[in-house]
Amino acid sequence: MSEQQSEKGHHHPRPLSLSALRAKAIEALLVEKGLLASDVIDRIVETYENDVGPLYGAKVVAHAWCDPDYKRRLLRDGTAAIAELGFGGVQGEHMQVVENTPRIHNVVCCTLCSCYPWPVLGLPPVWYKSFEYRARIVREPRAVLQECGLDLPPNVELRVWDSSSELRYLVLPERPPDTEGMSEAELAALVTRDSMIGIAKAGRAKG
Amino acid sequence: MNGIHDMGGMDGFGPVQRETNEPVFHEPWEGRVFAMNISGVGRPPSTIDAGRHGIERLDPARYLASSYYERWLARMEEAIVAGGALSRDEIEAKIKEFSANRDLPVPRREDPAAAEQISLLLRTGNPVTRTILRKPRFAVGDRVMTRNLNPHGHTRLPRYTRGKHGVITAHHGAHVFPDTNAHGLGENPQHLYTVRISARELWGDTAETNECVLIDLWESYLANDSSGTKPPPPRGPAKAKSAKSKASSRSRESSRVQSKSIRKKAR
Repeated sequence: MSEQQSEKGHHHPRPLSLSALRAKAIEALLVEKGLLASDVIDRIVETYENDVGPLYGAKVVAHAWCDPDYKRRLLRDGTAAIAELGFGGVQGEHMQVVENTPRIHNVVCCTLCSCYPWPVLGLPPVWYKSFEYRARIVREPRAVLQECGLDLPPNVELRVWDSSSELRYLVLPERPPDTEGMSEAELAALVTRDSMIGIAKAGRAKG
Repeated sequence: MNGIHDMGGMDGFGPVQRETNEPVFHEPWEGRVFAMNISGVGRPPSTIDAGRHGIERLDPARYLASSYYERWLARMEEAIVAGGALSRDEIEAKIKEFSANRDLPVPRREDPAAAEQISLLLRTGNPVTRTILRKPRFAVGDRVMTRNLNPHGHTRLPRYTRGKHGVITAHHGAHVFPDTNAHGLGENPQHLYTVRISARELWGDTAETNECVLIDLWESYLANDSSGTKPPPPRGPAKAKSAKSKASSRSRESSRVQSKSIRKKAR
């Protein structure tokens, strides 16, 4: 949906914010000068609104739960193993997958900006980009996880990954108990976005 | 630069608030701004590092008062104006035009070939690994000290990790060096390592003993740890006691003291 449609149409009856006006003005001027192709912009928006998202990451995780060889490859070379399933691209050029176990819990952040593995998780949610998360997760991760509803036993080692380079991190959550007979597709439905960032366990509340 | 963007370890922001069923973009303009940024339209060719630095250089008060995509919009406008494609006056005049007539549509220009090309680019990405002749200075298991660097320009060495003892846990080959690449001074690829720094080392003796930060750091951010013996995990008085449970209850106590949230835009 392009912006003018949304204004003229019935989706957003309220007046445009200053930012919306400014964005609209810049887009219009760039088009008028022949510097911007509208369908390029449409294509990018559609890609991340309708296509690339956490369902891709969930497929990777579920496949790793079902195929020990794949899991080994995934932990050794995340980028290549994720590409086996057809996923990859911008902001996932150098993927690292870190495994949660009963003794070790991993959680991912980016304190300097909001680096996030787009090809497997889509664009980051607001909380991941928030000052609150970026400031606190490296300093008091247990308190932050607790607020998110995840109480880690004190004996579990907590590893916080601060994405300072172009490496992008995906958490491989633990497979939930009592899921032995489930198909890969059923398992993928248990893998939430939040469990792949590390603020939740798979199979619980939705991300 | 020691900017407002370097937030790791800051106090005062309050609890993390999550939205249920969050849309990818909250308003259509956010998607347009995101896409215009990604496609690089209207600007001279740039790097991801220069783009990040553009956001870091926003006025700190503005940075804090802006949502994520407002920062992207501000960064994009700065770059477009600096590159000469549009002038401020043009932009302001166009804003007036649109605010006077809400029904005025954004004109369209189609370029299907370019749309296909951008899809391909999104799928392939821009790897930043490079081959260099220099051998890595560090190996997995080496104890290192992060350097106390305070450049005025772009860096990916956050303040909270400077001057700390750590251990190399992985070597990732050579990656483009953001500190020069952001300023058009070349890629200067360097070996990149993951460094493990214990929470005690970062935050002192009240931190948990079984927590750590793992962060990716370039070789020039690191020095040999000359202090010798046993730096990373617990140091200081608490080490002698090695009272894990005491430490964790103390820390839980302190985390209960929640500072009040500075109310500002949530996104």
